Amino acid sequence: MNTVFLKIANGECVERKRIPHLAFSDFRDGAISIVDSGGKVVQFFAYQDRGAIKMICILRNQKHLYVAECDAPERYPSFTVDKEPFHMFEREIAEQYGILPEGHPWLKMVRYHPNFRGVEDVFGNDYTKDIPGNYDYYQVDGQEIHEVAVGPVHAGVIEPGHFRFNCIGERVLNLEIQLGYQHRGIETLILGADQKRWPFILENNAGDTSVGNSLCYSQAMEALTGRSADEGAGIIRVIALELERLSNHTGDLGALSGDVAFLPPANYCGRMRGDFLNMTLVLCGNRFGKCLVRPHGVRFPLTDDIRQTLQERLAELKPQVKHVIDLLFSTSSVMSRFEDCGVVSRDDAEHLGLVGPAGRASGLSYDVRRDFPKEHYTSLAIPGNAKPSGDVYARARVRADEMIQSMEIVESLLKSPANTTCVGNDPLVLSPSAFVVTLNEAWRGELSHCVLTDEKGKILRYKIKDPSFHNWNGLSMALRDTGISDFPLNNKSFNLSYCGFDL
Amino acid sequence: MMIESILFYVGAIIVAPFFSAVILKVKAFFGGKKGPPLLINYYTLIKLLKKGSVYSTSTTTIFKLGPIVSLCAVLTVLMFLPIAGVKPVFSFKGDIIFVLYLLGLGRFFTIAAAMDTASPFEGMGAAREANFPIICEASFMMILVLFYKMTGNFNLSSWFSDTQPMTLWQSAGSPLIFVVISLFIILLTENARVPVDDPATHLELTMIHEVMVLDHSGPDFAMIEFGAFMKLFFYATLIARLICPFNTGHLAVDVSVFAGAILMVYVAAGITESVMARYRMDRVSKFVMTSFALAFFATILTLEFIG
Repeated sequence: MNTVFLKIANGECVERKRIPHLAFSDFRDGAISIVDSGGKVVQFFAYQDRGAIKMICILRNQKHLYVAECDAPERYPSFTVDKEPFHMFEREIAEQYGILPEGHPWLKMVRYHPNFRGVEDVFGNDYTKDIPGNYDYYQVDGQEIHEVAVGPVHAGVIEPGHFRFNCIGERVLNLEIQLGYQHRGIETLILGADQKRWPFILENNAGDTSVGNSLCYSQAMEALTGRSADEGAGIIRVIALELERLSNHTGDLGALSGDVAFLPPANYCGRMRGDFLNMTLVLCGNRFGKCLVRPHGVRFPLTDDIRQTLQERLAELKPQVKHVIDLLFSTSSVMSRFEDCGVVSRDDAEHLGLVGPAGRASGLSYDVRRDFPKEHYTSLAIPGNAKPSGDVYARARVRADEMIQSMEIVESLLKSPANTTCVGNDPLVLSPSAFVVTLNEAWRGELSHCVLTDEKGKILRYKIKDPSFHNWNGLSMALRDTGISDFPLNNKSFNLSYCGFDL
Repeated sequence: MMIESILFYVGAIIVAPFFSAVILKVKAFFGGKKGPPLLINYYTLIKLLKKGSVYSTSTTTIFKLGPIVSLCAVLTVLMFLPIAGVKPVFSFKGDIIFVLYLLGLGRFFTIAAAMDTASPFEGMGAAREANFPIICEASFMMILVLFYKMTGNFNLSSWFSDTQPMTLWQSAGSPLIFVVISLFIILLTENARVPVDDPATHLELTMIHEVMVLDHSGPDFAMIEFGAFMKLFFYATLIARLICPFNTGHLAVDVSVFAGAILMVYVAAGITESVMARYRMDRVSKFVMTSFALAFFATILTLEFIG
């Protein structure tokens, strides 16, 4: 086992001087050896500290998190050549700080913005021009090859993203995805914003993951201020996060059903998604759980009235959800569309480092709630949920299973009162020269925030990693050799975030 | 008699959008919703007609010609259709071939207009639209062979007007059941219904028919929609006459019986759409092929019976 990297815990405040500062070659070897023995990349980014650029890498294996940093060279031999999970992270570093990973197999822009340092652009882009700038899409030659470009403006009401298909007839040879249309610069915005604005900026990073994002942020702030939330708040947070998972998974199942033109579940799921959102509304006055989770606790209590209302609604919804799931999976025409469609093998999923439901559908049972639990998850038993087939069916089934489990979790937590003292807007005094990384299993998978502070306790770098950052390439992989008409179905089965990715 | 035929022709044109809305109602019912009003299609047509059309600068006259030709083709087709057993406006020996190729002409111009936009989606939709109806045409031809074999006539009115459908049943009962199923599959395919196509989807990559008309707007789009309603009415009439071949001679009774039968066809289409998902694109041709197999089988059977 690698011992050069420092072993840390989820949400643990670490003094920055304790983070091993390695020579580049040791840093690279150490990171690669951890990934080699089954580890995955949680975060890998660069930051600027008093003029010097440093690279910091947070890795995980089955049990622990590891961290180390090094001085960033202007160009370095790419990690991706040896280990694919670094792929997106290296591109991101190249874009944000103009550091060139030499030999990177597919060096292209991630979000299309000038780098933070104002040095020469790695991609040779002129940012006054529209995406894709100085970039030729991946091309396939041949008489029967045709190229289909979809987006960034889509027929439905969805977020903007550009998809480029190389097809032979109806069969997709390659799908290239270009995002960045919603880049708002959240990571830099945080540094200049007053701390009262932090929670609002962060929970709106991706509106459908408000609870997940505010939870990651709050845990990071709790670590940096050394004051944790009470037990009752931990329970309310779990309820909110599970309700978020429920509403989104329900919506996804309905959308999957709608995409194969099977209407009854699509309609019922649409209604039930609203019911779950309304449960969050009862909890905190906002359907998406905004303003509920804040550093050191929650802003709204779980009164006995609310508890009873939620229990009643859940008791009413549970049989309905089960019924719709049964209807969906027992319809043979639906199953014939779901099964063997867009298969991502376990090997590919390992290489790409898929997380969340998409990863579990390909047999990777990793779940932050079980592997790095925080809040009340420490005393909950979260099942594995891994499915072997890696197809649309598996991704739908994982969601269905998680819906049942989440309802059971919420049900059990509502049985006993959760007493908590609601928090206000106390100013945060962060410990100086500190580092913290928080992970949570948001409904799309491992969501992670990482905060570094300087000597004065000001935020030096705020790094957000949405699970979609790992999974977009999984969608690309799923589409290989699949009919182009199955793209919407596959896309929905992943249902990744555009704005969470674009930051 | 001629006046009556023309009145029925005009009547059919007027009620066609209404029946299409029945499908929407049935689907809404299965989905636990109220659904749009039954007159929704008229509102849509009026709304579209009030709008202006937008033409891409890269398109040519072909693009503008597409909706007009396909609408006119269907309007002409209906003139040959015996509605509720009443003799059609026009009829001549072999008119069914003319009718089929008029429908083909309409499709050709829709495809040509789609190709004219040079959009990758529309090209894809055109390829699909050209692919599946070929099989439909083959099974339709097979049905014609069967009908010709049974009656010795070769025009629509000799098979579908007055008491003729009853005669068909009497001469070859059981194979005609196959013909009804086969025609229903053709109806679903030709009119872009589930399980072949999904008229409700907004996902351009999965569409067949809808994607070809994405660039049409305003009155042009109204013509396409109107044509689609009437095309569906055409196929539904054929099936309705077969499943309900009675003809009492009293016009009012016949019309209500016919209206009930055609309503059944539309409701059946709506139920089909509600209870099943659509097929994967590469399975669709197998499904459509079933219609050919059934028609073929029916013909073989009657060859045996009639000799």
